[in-house]
Amino acid sequence: MAATTLPAPTRRRTKKPPRHQWLATLGAAARTRRGAIGLGLAGFVVLVAVIGPSVEPYSSTAFVTTPFSQPTGQFLLGGDTLGRDVLSRVLDGGWVLLIMAACATAFGVIVGATAGISAAYLRGKVDGIIMRTVDVILAFPSLVFALLLVSILGPKLWLIVLAVGFTHAPAVARVLRSATLDISERDYVKAVELQGVKPSKVMRSEILPNLISPLMVETGLRLTWSIVLMAGLNFLGFGQPPPTPNWGYMIQENRIGLSSNPWAVIVPAALIALLTIGTNTYTDAVARVAIGVERKPEQAALIDELPIGQAA
Amino acid sequence: MAAQPAVVGASVPGTTLPRMDRWKMDHPLGALVVWRAALGIVTLFVVSIVIFLATEVLPGNAAYAVLGHTATPQRLHALEIQLHLNRGLFDQYWVWLSGLFTGKLGNSLANGDPVWGQVAPRLVNSAVLVFISGFVGSIVGVVLGAIAALRKDGWFDHITSVFSLAVTSLPEFVVAIALIILFATVVSHLLPAVSLLPPGTYAWDDPKLLILPAATLVIVIVPYIHRMMRAAMIEALESDYVEMARLKGVPQWRIVLVHALPNAIAPTIQVIGLNYLYLAGGIVIVEDVFNYPGIGQGLVNAVSDRDIPTIQVIVVILAAFYVFMNILTDVVALLATPRRRIVR
Repeated sequence: MAATTLPAPTRRRTKKPPRHQWLATLGAAARTRRGAIGLGLAGFVVLVAVIGPSVEPYSSTAFVTTPFSQPTGQFLLGGDTLGRDVLSRVLDGGWVLLIMAACATAFGVIVGATAGISAAYLRGKVDGIIMRTVDVILAFPSLVFALLLVSILGPKLWLIVLAVGFTHAPAVARVLRSATLDISERDYVKAVELQGVKPSKVMRSEILPNLISPLMVETGLRLTWSIVLMAGLNFLGFGQPPPTPNWGYMIQENRIGLSSNPWAVIVPAALIALLTIGTNTYTDAVARVAIGVERKPEQAALIDELPIGQAA
Repeated sequence: MAAQPAVVGASVPGTTLPRMDRWKMDHPLGALVVWRAALGIVTLFVVSIVIFLATEVLPGNAAYAVLGHTATPQRLHALEIQLHLNRGLFDQYWVWLSGLFTGKLGNSLANGDPVWGQVAPRLVNSAVLVFISGFVGSIVGVVLGAIAALRKDGWFDHITSVFSLAVTSLPEFVVAIALIILFATVVSHLLPAVSLLPPGTYAWDDPKLLILPAATLVIVIVPYIHRMMRAAMIEALESDYVEMARLKGVPQWRIVLVHALPNAIAPTIQVIGLNYLYLAGGIVIVEDVFNYPGIGQGLVNAVSDRDIPTIQVIVVILAAFYVFMNILTDVVALLATPRRRIVR
């Protein structure tokens, strides 16, 4: 459908990219139609969130117009519940969400991957302890688990990041554990073991490099889920303290004025939607490229968030 | 599903097995169910300890967390007695755990009313919401998936596939807000935007209030079931037994309804079970959006108020539902796929 320009035939495209295979995979995914759409949507929202704060027409916390006023030439998206400029608040309200979601994803994937790989490689007691911990965490719906942590520790931003990241770790651990179980039986791993290399080094330099594909897909899924969860917590009022704008809470505080100025709700909701659709679609493309086959539906985005009893 | 001790003694000829092991060998499925249930109870027990420790011990002192900067020594002491914080840790846990079974859960810290009296009606409302949306969502997902599989690569298949990829990643509150905009405020006023229920009434007293919250949850879960059903149905339609039926001249409707559909639904049941789990978490935000008086909204309010006894009870209920559905899903999946019944 989209006009694709073929590369010049003289260019050598068969060069082997030995070091950064994962970059090549990400690039190949971006060149598929699905991947291009996903990356485009997510990229647009990221651009709004990153450039936004420097181009906002008014201060995002100043009262400049009447509450829930309709859009005018001066205030392109109208006023919010307290008469602040919606456009400025939209432009300023995304970057914290993005940073927090990225940090939570990184934390969850690192903890989950470490746990999953160690469980599968070290076996025995370590495996038992890690997987039973995973079972316990998976006995809570993730939003409920995050709420529980927030209610104990207070709604501080870095705690929300840790709480969201922590809810991801079990699912990542399960996926990587089963992938590691397969790899740790291969001959090249056995060969290194016989040379007496330390387990931590075997895991780092023999097993981890072979887990890049599932790790990439898993990171993409977790990123989408982090944004969903984080925006949900923001929506419920657990996020930055009030005057600071954020998209999730904007929906909450402005929905009483839906019939006067719907844009104060529609625009932040649409940005969150475009962002999650974008990351999920791009992840889907990466999975198709990296794993090679169409993923099974039960492995589709977010479903493996749910504890699948048979997976252990 | 770790070690299965059932088969260990089987390879030794001539030895008489203990009664228990013989039972396990004769009823591998029964043994598996018992094993899963036992594991579930242990998980739930650990979960209850985690919830208890997390809410009562970690922040130093729950009484202090509740009172915050308004704490004076006298008020702290009074609240400590009310929350049994002056007793030993084990005693506290015991009082709390037995309270869970007897319904004596103490009073809410937000308004002083008994916790169970507040949670029980909410639980009923949430159960109604979860089961209605789970039921409708399953049927819609199965039907859409089956049609998409029958018309594979047709326009219907393409539209539903794109739609389900987009919707799977949407946060529930975005879907809910979109429905409110379309049906309750900006575009039309067909349905109420909030589901306020007067005290003492239940969700079924005014079914109109249920439509939008249930529709939100249905939209959120349908894509998963649709995808699974589509894939399973395609596999069934391409199988040898369907080919055989075709060759025998069985009419198309009979092939679809009698030969393909039951075999495609079996693997889908597990995904349906998982979606019930998902709903247990999904109600939290949806109930908050619509002001629907269920335990999800109760949890959000309790977290805002730092109402610890209420938080504990609701989280335990949700965790118990989670663990129970997990076991049920496993067992149903075992029953539906005979080859899985073979132990290890």
